Amino acid sequence: MEILKNIFAPANSPEVDFMIKGLFSYNFFGHEVWITTSHVCIIIVLLIILGFSIAAKARMKRATEVPEGFQNVVELIVEKIDGMVEAAMGKNAKFFANYIGTIFVFILISNFSGLLGLRPPTADYATTFALAIMTFSIITFQKFKHQHVKGVLKGLCSPWVFWLPINLIGDVAVPISMSLRLFANVLSGVVIETLVYTLLWNLALIWPAFLHVYFDLFSGAIQTYVFAMLTMTYVNQAIEDGEY
Amino acid sequence: MDINGQDLIKACSAIGAGLALIAGVGPGIGQGVAAGHAASAVGRNPGAKGDITATMLLGQAVAETTGLYGLVTALLLMFVQPLVG
Repeated sequence: MEILKNIFAPANSPEVDFMIKGLFSYNFFGHEVWITTSHVCIIIVLLIILGFSIAAKARMKRATEVPEGFQNVVELIVEKIDGMVEAAMGKNAKFFANYIGTIFVFILISNFSGLLGLRPPTADYATTFALAIMTFSIITFQKFKHQHVKGVLKGLCSPWVFWLPINLIGDVAVPISMSLRLFANVLSGVVIETLVYTLLWNLALIWPAFLHVYFDLFSGAIQTYVFAMLTMTYVNQAIEDGEY
Repeated sequence: MDINGQDLIKACSAIGAGLALIAGVGPGIGQGVAAGHAASAVGRNPGAKGDITATMLLGQAVAETTGLYGLVTALLLMFVQPLVG
């Protein structure tokens, strides 16, 4: 019994803590604003993407007809993203490929950043909510652009005028459900990894790598794909509803 | 042992967190059903394995959402403790 107790809750085990830490605060027009670990992680992720982009740009300047080496990798990534957007959006793909590619790469590298020992920025609700709000703005803008005010009002009041509040809630629920889905998936991985590293810290040798493969790589990639896919589906729906 | 109001709220928060995770039952059943149908679809049409897998994973990830709401509620109750004054 004593051995079990020592294994599962040793006396000097560290505290379970997977929260975001504030680094320093400053005064922003009377509000106290904190710079947190999420900001630092986002900057690291952005530096990784920026470094890759600069390297890719330098390589593509002297691109050859038959690609080889690094040029292959860059072309593969661009072709895969273009193909994904093309398959989901059809003729609207060209206009949205940039946005979808940007959020796809950012969310993917954010989710993978758990492998570098960072707390993934997408495990902060502020990040995922910002992403979802951007998507929501695009959906709403496309709705008004392609269906005009009359079409939007008609869509809200279908099938009947009294469905208006339910349709409104349905529209507002889109960004909340999208952001919560991504946030909760990444956070669940962070929580389980933290529990293993703190409560089972004297057993956590080598095998937690499989946790990272599942939660960071597999789950992270799937959630990235789902976020991009849902964005494309909603935007496409907003455009196509205006064409009938 | 003295139990004051704060302790009672903490204890009830822990019970509530456990109850909130019952929400995991639904997505479990739903994802199982989706995976089963995907397996039979692959059996009928092995050529479309890639498309079927992609559709299944997308549907499962969306079906997972309700379970994740329960998880977020449980985590809030356990670690943020909004009810403790």
